[in-house]
Amino acid sequence: MTDATFNSNVAAVGRPVRRDIGIKRRYAAERRFRFYGVAAIAVGIFFLFALLFSVISNGYTAFWQTTIELPVKLDEKLIDPSNQRATNPNVLLTANYPLLVRNALAEKLGVSTTDRPAMRDLSKFVSDGVRNQLREMVVANPSLIGTTQTIPVLAGADIDSAFKGQINLDVDEANRKVSNRQVAWMKELADEGVMRQKFNTGLFTYGASSRPETAGLGVALVGSLYMMLIVLVLSLPIGVAASIYLEEYAKKSRLTDIIEVNINNLAAVPSIVFGLLGLAVFINLVGLPRSASLVGGLVLTLMTLPTVIIATRAALRAVPPSIRSAALGIGASKTQMVFHHVLPLAAPGILTGTIIGLAQALGETAPLLLIGMVAFVVGYPTTPMDPATALPVQIYMWANEAERAFVERTSGAIIVLLLFLAVMNIAAIILRRRFERRW
Amino acid sequence: MNLMTERSLEKAVGDKMNAVASTNKMKGDKVSVFYGAKQALFDVDLDIPEKMVTALIGPSGCGKSTFLRSLNRMNDTIEGCRVTGQITLDGEDIYDPKIDVVELRARVGMVFQKPNPFPKSIYENVAYGPRIHGLAKSRHELDEIVESSLRRASLFEEVKDRLHDAGTGLSGGQQQRLCIARAIAVSPEVILMDEPCSALDPIATAKVEELIDELRQNYTIVIVTHSMQQAARVSQKTAMFHLGNLVEVGETEMMFTTPKEKRTQDYITGRFG
Repeated sequence: MTDATFNSNVAAVGRPVRRDIGIKRRYAAERRFRFYGVAAIAVGIFFLFALLFSVISNGYTAFWQTTIELPVKLDEKLIDPSNQRATNPNVLLTANYPLLVRNALAEKLGVSTTDRPAMRDLSKFVSDGVRNQLREMVVANPSLIGTTQTIPVLAGADIDSAFKGQINLDVDEANRKVSNRQVAWMKELADEGVMRQKFNTGLFTYGASSRPETAGLGVALVGSLYMMLIVLVLSLPIGVAASIYLEEYAKKSRLTDIIEVNINNLAAVPSIVFGLLGLAVFINLVGLPRSASLVGGLVLTLMTLPTVIIATRAALRAVPPSIRSAALGIGASKTQMVFHHVLPLAAPGILTGTIIGLAQALGETAPLLLIGMVAFVVGYPTTPMDPATALPVQIYMWANEAERAFVERTSGAIIVLLLFLAVMNIAAIILRRRFERRW
Repeated sequence: MNLMTERSLEKAVGDKMNAVASTNKMKGDKVSVFYGAKQALFDVDLDIPEKMVTALIGPSGCGKSTFLRSLNRMNDTIEGCRVTGQITLDGEDIYDPKIDVVELRARVGMVFQKPNPFPKSIYENVAYGPRIHGLAKSRHELDEIVESSLRRASLFEEVKDRLHDAGTGLSGGQQQRLCIARAIAVSPEVILMDEPCSALDPIATAKVEELIDELRQNYTIVIVTHSMQQAARVSQKTAMFHLGNLVEVGETEMMFTTPKEKRTQDYITGRFG
């Protein structure tokens, strides 16, 4: 041992010699980890934007619909040739309304009504939905017969797609869905300002239809609304009551342990299993009608309950024990403690959990397939017992259609669904911010 | 023993006279407390004299808080906790099945270690107890209870202009006095205090101690404390706990000047604990 080392050992008594533990390596590891984190977030954001871009670029056109403002002569000779509408109202229901529109269009474009191929092209030019549109108008007000009315009629689906520039006009005429003649008419009407794109209110009001231009989300929106109401009304009180009992009242025992484990497991059960359960219990056993939003709501309630219970229990547990002691210490009963102090403090968490559960239920498709909600429902359901569809189911059904106009409607419906989900999640955040109390 | 000043010594002597005249408000008879299989308190016999301050001292984990909490059955809220023996309030067994625990806790109030006001307004904090016990017939009466409780807790002057501000916005010492006001508002007979000053600075502590001394006129007080000085300053009777046993109990002045037990002497002179 030399003097030098001896001296350094003496110094070490006061201040121990530090071993080289690789400070550089530690910093490098930290930098590396930060990079991984940033990379992971970047990937996530990239995919989010890719999804939004593809959905919006495909779907925004669904909110516009080509319409033609057309002066239609409601010719008595065509609607009610033998003038018997006073005695037989069915005449007004069965009249050939599309013919009126076709004739009006032919007159406008200067096409001879005897030119059969041209007339065939013309009949595809406007949507067959005018039959309903004119019928409703005339039935509601028979005095219109014999007058000429300027009516906005929907263009046919292919014309709509072509007008939006979604059909490649360079393709050989025989292989494309719109003829050169139709394209020429389109240009003529557009130049005149009669044919233009309007906001597609029909997307939100029409029910199911095989014609894309008259297919809408109306029935699905009502069905989803019914189901959300049922889920909210059932899962919130049941879930909160169950959580309060388990968290505040139940003595810890093997039974409560089993219940707890099973609630957590139920939250992870694939939703299609809940659909099967609903089919077996609510439809086969109880005998509720198929395709009804009541059954859908019940199934989604079963699915949402575990989420609500888990969120509520977490919220209750987050209330500090000191608040409970304070309440008990001045002689509040357990129920007073829970309802006066614990529940109000846990409310933001419960609301957030419930809204997130609802949002989950709103987007759920699989269980609804099994209880027959994949249905072609034209008319609005007046009660939750009537057949209905739901937003995600409507998306699923439209996604199976081949026409270009259905493709854009599928994306359009996805945008609507995403907007609803975003609104619900923002509501959850706002509620939590507003009611959160610090202690 | 340098703990006692001349003045407090005189006071303690006066208190001693009181102690003789005083009756026992609460009595513990062979009180044992179990947490599951673990016994935390062994056959404690301790009487709580009326309108006096009884201090429970001893090192951490000695069972003094456990004893305090069994006086208003706050231990009931702990799962697996079991109390044997007998505790009486005015001669009534408080663990009797006929006793309503809610009523008991209204008679035996509690102030906790950490100030725990409700996240509500100052007014609501104090008004809550009278409201659930139906102590006020009218809004006006409730206002009066709130004001007098805050006055007795020497807090009214500081908060009278902001009664409807959040109670959690007060300073730590004010929060603790708010908690005392909240406990007073239901007119308890006994107030239990579990280390009420351990989260407070010396100035706030002095205020709370002063308050305790005033409250003694009307209430029976039991206080758990880690501070020898505090026990000496505020209490008339002191009980020393160690490892779940009651080591020694006596008048505070005697305990701090001529303890009988060696363990008490060692503890109060700071040799352990």
